[in-house]
Amino acid sequence: MSRPLRAAVVLFPGSNREGDAARALRQATGEAPAIVWHDEHALPAGTDLVVLPGGFSYGDYLRCGAIAGRAHIMDAVRTHAAHGGLVLGICNGFQILCEAGLLPGVLMRNSERRFICKMQHLRVESNATPFTRRYQSGQIIKVAIAHGEGNYMADSETIAEIERDGRVAFRYCDAQGHVGGPGNPNGSMNDIAGVYSAGFNVLGLMPHPENLIDPLVGGVDGRPMFEGLAAA
Amino acid sequence: MKARVVVTLKSGVLDPQGKAIEGALKSLGVEGVSSVRQGKVFDIELEAADGEAATQTLRDACEKLLANMIVENYAISYE
Repeated sequence: MSRPLRAAVVLFPGSNREGDAARALRQATGEAPAIVWHDEHALPAGTDLVVLPGGFSYGDYLRCGAIAGRAHIMDAVRTHAAHGGLVLGICNGFQILCEAGLLPGVLMRNSERRFICKMQHLRVESNATPFTRRYQSGQIIKVAIAHGEGNYMADSETIAEIERDGRVAFRYCDAQGHVGGPGNPNGSMNDIAGVYSAGFNVLGLMPHPENLIDPLVGGVDGRPMFEGLAAA
Repeated sequence: MKARVVVTLKSGVLDPQGKAIEGALKSLGVEGVSSVRQGKVFDIELEAADGEAATQTLRDACEKLLANMIVENYAISYE
């Protein structure tokens, strides 16, 4: 691509990480992303990447992401994704993608019931996608998590399918990279922290790579995701 | 018409809130409770004149929004 990546961040009532997502995108692409209100019917012309940021859209009423997942703009996001456009949903954005049917499964209440806000290690399963190309396959990264409903669940056929097709993007692990057991903070099936669509152009993840882009706030392990996308 | 929709978690789906309530009941000394599952109740007023149209509307509402069919079931009743 000869021109810089054009990104759009969708703003729902109750989103609160759109500024962090915009900062990470600006750092990687050199340009501020468009901010798109949820009630719009179209994305800006030439949008390459749509980001659904974290937060508490609609106050988490009904179910996390349920109402936002049915907002007008989601029809445009669905069309964008169907044409191979990139979509990244972070935290509440992941919940919205699942509720909108763009990703399989559902994010349930954390198994220990508490809201968890801490640093968390993840294993990058593969670097063969636009989201992970600047990581190494199997690399252990440290990013932040902050959620009450991050417990990924799907029926056994769906889990088998996404595992078979290599659609698990990130798994929770401990500092040594061990997956399974205490490294899993929220009870997610198969330690799943992030999942791709069948076309690998839609990624949803609970952790916050957009918050780890500056050494001042404790690390830069989130930066390669945005650099990889900028090089898409 | 007035209807009530009850949305509950499918059996086998972990319900940490129900578990917490179950534990709280035990600690309050409420005896004889073997398990608690939490759900949601929606009281809905409908314009539909007959039961068939009402049921169609409510099924639509449940499957489009009120229930996440991956992990929840719904039940419809009328007053």
